[in-house]
Amino acid sequence: MDAATKPEASGLHSALRHKFMAIVGNENVHAATAADAVAGVQPKLVIEPGAERELAEILRLSNEAGLAVIPRGNGTKLGWGNPPTRADLILSTTRLNEIIEHAWADLTVTVEAGCTIQRLQETLAQHGQRLALDPLWPEKATIGGVLSANDSGALRLRFGALRDLIIGATIALADGTLASSGGKVVKNVAGYDLPKLVTGALGTLGVITRAVFRLHPLPRNTRSFSVAAASAEEAKRFVVAVQDSKLAHTSLQCHFSDDTSPVSDILFEGTEAGLAAQENQLRDLAEHAAVSEASRSTWTAREELWDFSDRPCTAIAKISILPASMARTMKLVENIANRQQVRWRALVYATGLGWLRLEGKPEALRGALHELRSELEAQHGSLVALHRPEKMPAFDAWGSAGDALPLMKAVKQQMDPKSTLNPGRFVGGI
Amino acid sequence: MGHTFDELRAIVGDRGLISSAEELHTYECDGLTNFRVMPRAVVLPNTTEQVQAVVRICHRERMPFVARGSGTGLSGGALPVENGIVISLARMNRILEVDFPNARVVVEPGVINLDVTGRVSPQDYFYAPDPSSQSICSIGGNVAENSGGAHCLKYGFTTTHVLGLEVVLPDGSLVHFGGKTLDAPGYDLAGVFVGSEGTLGVATKIILRIVKRPECVRTLLAAFPSTNEAGAAVSDIIAEGMLPAAIEMMDNLAIQAAEAAVHANYPNCGGLLLVELDGPVAEVDALMTEVKKICSSNGAPEIRVAQSDAERALVWKGRKAAFAAMGRISPNYIVQDGVIPRTALPQVMSEIERLSQAGGLRVANVFHAGDGNLHPLVLYDRRIAGQEEAAEALSSQILELCIAAGGSITGEHGVGEDKKKMMAKMFAEPDLATMQRVRYAFDPLQLSNPTKVFPTPRLCGEKPGEYVPHSAESAGIAERY
Repeated sequence: MDAATKPEASGLHSALRHKFMAIVGNENVHAATAADAVAGVQPKLVIEPGAERELAEILRLSNEAGLAVIPRGNGTKLGWGNPPTRADLILSTTRLNEIIEHAWADLTVTVEAGCTIQRLQETLAQHGQRLALDPLWPEKATIGGVLSANDSGALRLRFGALRDLIIGATIALADGTLASSGGKVVKNVAGYDLPKLVTGALGTLGVITRAVFRLHPLPRNTRSFSVAAASAEEAKRFVVAVQDSKLAHTSLQCHFSDDTSPVSDILFEGTEAGLAAQENQLRDLAEHAAVSEASRSTWTAREELWDFSDRPCTAIAKISILPASMARTMKLVENIANRQQVRWRALVYATGLGWLRLEGKPEALRGALHELRSELEAQHGSLVALHRPEKMPAFDAWGSAGDALPLMKAVKQQMDPKSTLNPGRFVGGI
Repeated sequence: MGHTFDELRAIVGDRGLISSAEELHTYECDGLTNFRVMPRAVVLPNTTEQVQAVVRICHRERMPFVARGSGTGLSGGALPVENGIVISLARMNRILEVDFPNARVVVEPGVINLDVTGRVSPQDYFYAPDPSSQSICSIGGNVAENSGGAHCLKYGFTTTHVLGLEVVLPDGSLVHFGGKTLDAPGYDLAGVFVGSEGTLGVATKIILRIVKRPECVRTLLAAFPSTNEAGAAVSDIIAEGMLPAAIEMMDNLAIQAAEAAVHANYPNCGGLLLVELDGPVAEVDALMTEVKKICSSNGAPEIRVAQSDAERALVWKGRKAAFAAMGRISPNYIVQDGVIPRTALPQVMSEIERLSQAGGLRVANVFHAGDGNLHPLVLYDRRIAGQEEAAEALSSQILELCIAAGGSITGEHGVGEDKKKMMAKMFAEPDLATMQRVRYAFDPLQLSNPTKVFPTPRLCGEKPGEYVPHSAESAGIAERY
């Protein structure tokens, strides 16, 4: 027995630890290290089940023993959400990584939660298909993690969010129930749409063990353009005009910051003939603005916001606004940032979702996030803090869940009555 | 009940309460007419507050209620329940807000689907979900059923286009799910509510997404010797990486019926394919050329592209009238709604044909071929003893074929009253029990459209609420219906 799995190292009752080992094998139960900490909270064990049934059984035992369980894929977004109120074990899905069925002729795929986005995309590409989603860090991010965090990028404008792409899911509930809902066909209204319920639930209702997605063909050709704007107002006018035009663009995003003029990027996909015609229409629509061909890499700009040069002084938030309020919101950010003396950079999609990076003193970051959240919530929007530096004064990750919070708590109570899964990490203390 | 009636009348007014037997008949069924239950009363509220007040009384009296839109549903979802009332949302039919820069529309549940498009079409927008009943069905009903339509292949279902909801929960409280902006913090309760068939509460306001009209729309008709060749052409279109706005298929019997009903000028063939592409002109033209080639190489001798909006409208009129058109060729018929993985089409079609011959009943087939949604229409004559039962049996067998092929018992019509016993064939007990937990969170007293969607025990001593297997059931000596 290595030191890592000694009872004293795990801090868990040895009989229980032995039960875990009997289920998943000794080699798949490890003592947690400092690197496994979840937003500063140290768990005791890391368990890596190799089958759905194993995962469900570990959950059942943990639930019975009153342990707090943190589901984890590759941990790229483990800091999202509030710190857990308790954390006993990390339940890793990384060994549940099989691509079960790529029914390419039916444009669907069934995949286990621990598979990375990139490996899935590579498999789908062999038949000219893709999951039409561009989440952060595809080489590491897992299906289960991306679903739980509801991460989407620029492709969402055309193809929808995960909620529009997922057609089936199997989840393990805290009591060990393995439940499937949805199915393997795109069109299906039998029973409740639980795949949508668990998407974005941050693992608080159950652990997603597998998902079924509808797929899209890979584009035949793509063209990307950047359009300069003199002001946020001009950038917004461009975005609203494109959205109101007959262009069939796939993605549309705007970069804003405290020291550069706004730039908008637009992506087209299609036949050569179609792309040429759309480029002409775009140039007509842009009028006097400078239009230049952009590289494909502009569509991973979101990841650049996460390049931490000064991690203790950087905060990152996801904002959601009405698309036509884009300019007003950027003006708001600018004013608040000036007042709080923080630097800022933002990437806003035409869907109204955006990503904001702030740099400054931890107290000022909190002040800016707090002010901005109040303003956005007053305009039907939201601000979710994804990265908060350790020294930043306490700031709820989510903000208001509105008048449906009691119902959300009731749903949680039904699915996970002992609050075994990710306790305290979600909205309103769920 | 008299006192409760007085209270209801005080809320909705004399003209908002229906309690006389002759008037109640209108509400005893929805579009699926073989199930009929008389409600105790029908209330027609005008406002959210009235809905809330009515539901609060139901909650206090433990009286079940069923929300109803236009009553066009085909699964008995709006069928009244015993000793319950019907809440008709027909009078809550205002379009409250239209926001073009953000492409959002806020409506009340009684607004007719097509009226949303009507309202926004001057600015060249449309509301994408287009069930065949779109000229009479309501948005509230669409929300309950997660309605689809021919164009959901490209544009998605009702759930894709509902951004937010105001809902009266079964205890009378008012809550908001989602909103005008995306990804509101918290669980995606709008995602769960849409398609829950009225079992989780009553939607009183709906925030919809509208879509800019594409630059052009082209509709192609191709005549194939049989549905097999037509199906092969669909596979090739998908394999070429195209995502048409719609792909519809009809077999010969369905074509004959549509011709008899609306003279759509369809070619008389074994398998008719309707392919619609939309988008920028240059893109659509390039792809339409490919679609034509694919149809030719799969053996379509006749290929037509509608040359005008009028021709296009006629093509769609035939398709959308296909269900009703069966009345021209058969005294009675059952509309089925099942889904299969599209690749299973040839095998499932030949099985349907076999069942049809074995049962001595004709089956006409209309499909949303792009997404594998089948609408087999089982034709029969009620006047002939035993035919109705045989038709119902055949219709159920088709659903079992769908389940066996890895598909679903319903693609867009819902489970409702009609298919709840099939749920246990499609889902395992833990799956259904988990859905029941969600239901219990919303409606612990089981007042909102109870007895629908889920198989209910025919065992005494069962209490509503979270599903617990009855001991007799666990022992395998009773089953759920």
